[in-house]
Amino acid sequence: MVKSLHRSFVAAALLAVLAVGIAAPVRAAESGPHAAWMDWQPGNDIGNVASLQRGASHFMGYCAGCHSLKYVRYSRVAEDLNIPEAQMEKLLLLPGTKKGDYITTPLSAADAEAWFGKAPPDLSLITRSKGSDYVYQFMKTFYAAPSRPTGVDNLALPGTAMPHVLSALQGVQEAKFKVVEKTVDGAKVTEKIWESFEAGEPGQLSAEEYDAFLRDTVNFLEYAGEPSKAKRLSMGVWVILFLLVFTLFAYLLKQEYWKDVK
Amino acid sequence: MAAATDSAAGKAGFRAWLNKRLPVDEFMESQLIGYFAPKNFNLWYFFGSLALLVFVIQILSGIFLTMHYKPSELLAFDSVEYIMREVEGGWIIRYMHSTGASFFFIVVYLHMFRAMLYGSYRAPRELLWILGMLLYLALMAEAFMGYVLPWGNMSYWGAQVIVNLFGTIPVIGPGIVEWIRGDYGIADSTLNRFFALHVIAVPFAIAFLILMHLVALRQTGSNNPDGIEIKARLNADGKPVDGIPFHPYYTVKDVVGVGVFLIFFCGVIFFVPTFGGLFLEKPNFEPANYLSTPQHIAPVWYFTAFYAMLRAVPDQQMGALLMLLAIVVLFFLPWLDRSPVKSIRYKGWLSKFFLGAFVVSFIALSYLGLMPADGLYVILARIFTTVYFAFFILMPWYTSIEKTKPAPERVTYHG
Repeated sequence: MVKSLHRSFVAAALLAVLAVGIAAPVRAAESGPHAAWMDWQPGNDIGNVASLQRGASHFMGYCAGCHSLKYVRYSRVAEDLNIPEAQMEKLLLLPGTKKGDYITTPLSAADAEAWFGKAPPDLSLITRSKGSDYVYQFMKTFYAAPSRPTGVDNLALPGTAMPHVLSALQGVQEAKFKVVEKTVDGAKVTEKIWESFEAGEPGQLSAEEYDAFLRDTVNFLEYAGEPSKAKRLSMGVWVILFLLVFTLFAYLLKQEYWKDVK
Repeated sequence: MAAATDSAAGKAGFRAWLNKRLPVDEFMESQLIGYFAPKNFNLWYFFGSLALLVFVIQILSGIFLTMHYKPSELLAFDSVEYIMREVEGGWIIRYMHSTGASFFFIVVYLHMFRAMLYGSYRAPRELLWILGMLLYLALMAEAFMGYVLPWGNMSYWGAQVIVNLFGTIPVIGPGIVEWIRGDYGIADSTLNRFFALHVIAVPFAIAFLILMHLVALRQTGSNNPDGIEIKARLNADGKPVDGIPFHPYYTVKDVVGVGVFLIFFCGVIFFVPTFGGLFLEKPNFEPANYLSTPQHIAPVWYFTAFYAMLRAVPDQQMGALLMLLAIVVLFFLPWLDRSPVKSIRYKGWLSKFFLGAFVVSFIALSYLGLMPADGLYVILARIFTTVYFAFFILMPWYTSIEKTKPAPERVTYHG
C-alpha cells in the first residue's frame, strides 16, 4: 500500500510537470523572437587570476572614467588578484586616490546628467543584478546608428545613453535588420528584427581579440560582484567532504543503537 | 528515575548539588528518556527536529547580522554589501541566513505534509496542529519582514504589494496600511519597525509557540505512519510496547538527519547561494528605487502559491480574501477529516487522489506565482486554486464515503 501511494504521487507530480511544461513554451512564444546574440556567453572563469588582472586593468583604463565600483577597495583588488603594491599604484590607482579607497569615478553626477542625460550606474553589482552574460552581450551589440546623439545603438539595451566606449578596439559594426510589417489591433506596425552584424569601421582588435578583451573585463566585474566567490567555492568542497564523513559516522552510531529495536 | 539519581549521587558532588536546585536529571528523564516515541518513524519524521535546527541557525546567524546591519533607508543596502565584502566571514553568515529562510519553509512544508499524510492533526492532536499553524503564520510574518530589510528593489516593491493587501479591508483598510507603514509609502519608518519586529517581537513569539508545540506533543505523544495510538498497548511497566525512549534512539537518528540536511544546506550556501534567483533574486541586487518597478513583482518562492491565488481573481479584494481563506482553511483540517482511520496507508483511493491533487496544485500554484499573470497562466492558476480548495471543502464527503482498510493493532516495523 505504501508502494501504491508512492505511485499515485509520482503520477500527480508528472501531471504538474506536464501542465507547467505546456505553459512555459506558450509564454516563450509570446515574448518575441529569440535572437542569436541572446545566447552569447563570455565563458569567463573567476579562478583565472591572469584574466582577472587583465580585466582590472581594462576596467580602470576604459570604464572607471565614468563608472564606479563603490563597494570595492583598490587594496582588496590587489590582494585578491595577487597584484604587487608597486604595480597596483602604477596601473590601477586613479590620480588622487589612495590604495585603501573605494573605486569611485572622477565623473561628477551633475556633469554626467548634463552630458549623457543619466548618471552612469555603479557597476559593483551589475553581474549580480543583470548577469555576466548581459554585460558581455551589451558590450558586443553596439552598432552604428547615425540618427542617435552617440552615433550608436545597442541590441541588449536599445536607446542606451552610453556611447560605444570601446569603438576604438572593436570598431563600429553595422547591424542588418529584417523589416517585418505586422497588424497589431488593426493598426499597421513595422518591426525591425535583427539578423546579423556586418563589418563597419574597423577597430584595433580582431573579433577574437575583442571577445577575449570582454571576457577578461566581464570576469573582473563578476569578481567585483562577489569578491568572496572563489573562496566560497573552494571552502565549500571541504565543508561537504567533512559533512559526508560526519554523516557516515552518525549513521554508524545510529545503526549501533538501533540494533536492539525489534 | 531511581537509576538517574543514584548515578548522579555517585558521580560528583556538583551534579547532586545542581540537581537539588535545578531538576536537570529529572527533566532529561521525564522529557527525553522517559518520552516514548513510536518506533516506526520514517523519513518524514526528520523535519520537525530539522525545523528546530533551522530556527537556531536563523537566530545565531541573525545575531551576527544585526551587529553590522543598519536599519535605515539610506544605509541598509550598503550595510548588507558591507557584510558581504568587508566583515570577516560576513558572506557565510549572510548566505546562511538567506538560505536558512528558504530552508525553513522547505522543512516546514514537508513537516506539514507529513501531518497530512498520517493524520497527525486528528484528535487528540488538534491543538498541536493549531499551534503548528500559528507557528507557520508567525514564520510567514518573520520571513516577509526579513525580506524587506536588505532594501533591494524587489524587497521594496514586494513590501509595497503585500502591505497594500491590507488596504483591501473595507472602511479601515487605507488607515491600516498607513499605520503599518508609518508613512504614506514604504519608507524609512517602515524599514525601522520591520527590523524591530523581525529581530525581537516575532522571534519571541516563534520561540514561545515552539515551546507550546513541544509541550502539546509531550501531552498527546507522537502520531506515527500507521496513525494508531501506541498508548493503547502498554507493557507490564506501563510503557507503550511499540514505543522506544526518544533519547537515545531518536536523538542519534535525528543527528543522521541533521548530517544529510546540512549537506544540502551547505551545498546551497557554498555553491548556489542565489539558487538561480529563487532564494536571492536578481532585482534585489539593485537598491530600492521608488521610480523603477521591476519587470515582474513576485514574492519569494515560499509565498508564490498564495500570490498566484490572489492574482487568479480579477477583483483584488476578493483575491486577498481568497488568499486568507487558503491559509485559514488549514486550521479546520482536524474537523474536516471524517475518516475512521488517520493514516493515508489505510484510507481509500479518494483520499489518496485528493491529497495528490492538493500537492500538485500547491506546487503548480507556487510556479505560477513566479510567472507573469497573463493568458494561460491565469487560467491554470484558477484551475489549481479550485483544486486546492476542493481538497478541503470535499474532505468531509470523500473521507466519510470511501472504503478504508482496517488500521493494524500494532505499528508496522521491519527491523
